[in-house]
Amino acid sequence: METLEKNQTDIKQLTGAQAVVQSLIEEGVDLIFGYPGGAIMPVYDALYDVDDQLEHVLTRHEQGAIHAAQGYARSTGKVGVCLATSGPGATNLITGIADAQIDATPLVCITGQVASHLLGTDAFQETDVIGISMPVTKWNYQVTKASEIPKAIAKAFYIAKSGKPGPVLVDITKDAQFEASKYQYQPFTGMRSYLPAPQLMSSKVKEAADLINVAKRPFVLFGQGVILSQAEAEFKAFIEKTGIPAGWTILGLSALESDHPLNVGMLGMHGNYAPNKLTNECDVLIAIGMRFDDRVTGNLDKYAKQAKVIHLEIDPAEIDKNVKTDVAVLGNAKESLEALTKLVHPNQHSDWLQRFRTLEQEEYEAVIQNELEPKEETLTMGEVIHQINKASDGKNVFVTDVGQHQMIACRYARFLQSKSMITSGGLGTMGFCLPAAIGAKMGVPDKQVIGIIGDGGFQMTLQELGTIFQSKVPVKIVVLNNEFLGMVRQWQELFFDKRYASTIMVNPDFQTIVKGYGIQTKLVQERSELQSAVQEMLECEDAYFLEVRVGKENNVFPMVPTGASVSEIRLK
Amino acid sequence: MKKRFTISVFTEDVVGILNRVTIIFTRRKINIESIAASESEVDGVHRYTIVITEQEDLVKKVVLQLEKQVEIIKAVYQLDKDIIYQEIALYKVPTNVLASGGEAEKIVRAHFARVLSVEPEFTVLEKTGHKNETQDLFNELEPYGILEFVRSGRVAITKPMRTLKSIITELENN
Repeated sequence: METLEKNQTDIKQLTGAQAVVQSLIEEGVDLIFGYPGGAIMPVYDALYDVDDQLEHVLTRHEQGAIHAAQGYARSTGKVGVCLATSGPGATNLITGIADAQIDATPLVCITGQVASHLLGTDAFQETDVIGISMPVTKWNYQVTKASEIPKAIAKAFYIAKSGKPGPVLVDITKDAQFEASKYQYQPFTGMRSYLPAPQLMSSKVKEAADLINVAKRPFVLFGQGVILSQAEAEFKAFIEKTGIPAGWTILGLSALESDHPLNVGMLGMHGNYAPNKLTNECDVLIAIGMRFDDRVTGNLDKYAKQAKVIHLEIDPAEIDKNVKTDVAVLGNAKESLEALTKLVHPNQHSDWLQRFRTLEQEEYEAVIQNELEPKEETLTMGEVIHQINKASDGKNVFVTDVGQHQMIACRYARFLQSKSMITSGGLGTMGFCLPAAIGAKMGVPDKQVIGIIGDGGFQMTLQELGTIFQSKVPVKIVVLNNEFLGMVRQWQELFFDKRYASTIMVNPDFQTIVKGYGIQTKLVQERSELQSAVQEMLECEDAYFLEVRVGKENNVFPMVPTGASVSEIRLK
Repeated sequence: MKKRFTISVFTEDVVGILNRVTIIFTRRKINIESIAASESEVDGVHRYTIVITEQEDLVKKVVLQLEKQVEIIKAVYQLDKDIIYQEIALYKVPTNVLASGGEAEKIVRAHFARVLSVEPEFTVLEKTGHKNETQDLFNELEPYGILEFVRSGRVAITKPMRTLKSIITELENN
């Protein structure tokens, strides 16, 4: 397709497809993930002309494309972009869209659609993707005219990245992609029906500071809001000035370095002992950029009832949604923390912090020691993560799938830098890791990106090995193979009388499969082989696949059983 | 305790927004008892009047989740005492039962129902009021044979004096 330049001013005549591509370039996009098909062909044709400015990564499945876009967005803080055709192409994106919605990941998804005169007629590869994606998108829009494209794309980017980020979907009919129209790009700057972040109220900041200043046993919970608002420095300044211990959600992980003296670990179901126990003993609970997910709170009727609750949050709908708040500080976490830090008194809570350390020691002896340096013959997931920590500089980006290995990776991986843990938190999407790790690596090529996956999740999106192969993505993949759907098996063991219904995995030889994709591989079955294999993986310049056979029936502890209170957390 | 609430939702005039509104209720399995959609007094702003019976703290959460939607300008909830509301009902009855001096005619008069259309076979009556009022008329006419009946969703005007225009002006200047 040729660009029909007009002689006058800057207004060019472009096809809709060219307008899509130009608009992406205007938004600073240089990498997109996708999969072609009939209804999106004109856009692919336009991409062919700009491959020097806009790289397209061909995944092996649309779900791979969207998870890759998520990995890219989470590792870079930029908007991830993916492209798919109508019908099955569009429906294959839905899991990733839902994942991005619940984990507030900025995405722009562009789907092709049948020609506008065919809409609603059950045409070939027609599906109502606007209707299907509506519950799981921050915004979506169907374009039927080429002239709408620049504004629709500009608005899509604005909505995806502003305020609490999220996925948006722009569905473009094939005739709109072919149609020629005047093209002029203007960034979108706002709309009356959408306020990205509420105005910070100084009176609320004052109320929060007053509570914090008299607190004897204050406790901070932080989530991804710290990362999304780039408030890592402000957050650290706040806890350091007040001396308040801080526990994290798995989406907030890596916002504060692991070894920080006030970092007291992971909250929730498989989190650390101390932060769960002491949630029910603190006098002021300060939640920052987190949404009190049920996996974090356990039984709400027995959650921090003794505490005054302060909630720093960008989304008004999160206030009182799960936990009743005494002081809600609405606004962007960066601004809120900056204002709050000015009003709080310098303090230390040594005795209180010591209580965390004491419980931590208890957990170390009961669980951690044996997980990281096991005495049993079989390998543990924890020692693999521990080995990676020991052999690297703390600047790895970890990407995980969902299940036991995810909890282990969150619990034991060490972090020095923010945006370094990419995991499917809210939706818990198995199959997330492999494609997300590809996207993450392409987003931060200078960093060591390590995907940690179970044998179950690996097989959900295993086809993306083809993307690693074709696009030469030097990502490191670690499969912790226990030949079980481990987390479900653990629950069956503990709560369903060991009735292992459909959790036993009879796996193929992963080594043979991975070799078929031309990727370096290693299988570790003995402890003595682990250290050198990890070393070899980390030093490898190319993609590397490490499979470790771990104990088949190991469990993740501590654990807050369903329906129990966080303070009823079990060490075994 | 569950109470009846009227939720007013003000939105941009765009395709699909009704779906976004109803999804918020559907995902929590809340039954919408009635819904009415129309333009508002402000150009390009549509309003939905939705009636549900739920606990207030849940209604509050739903309203915040409604407002979170990008193209929803404002959502508010009120108890019946804070609004002026009406519904309209239409009744199609056989014309012969309304013959002069009959019981049915007395009922129509007593309820101040309006006659909209008289055909040889049927007559269409209209009654505007609260649900119990339109229902009373229905119940009384029923023995005479109701051929067809329809009742609109509730429409409501709020008592507080803050105008939609002033809210929108404030949002536009943000």
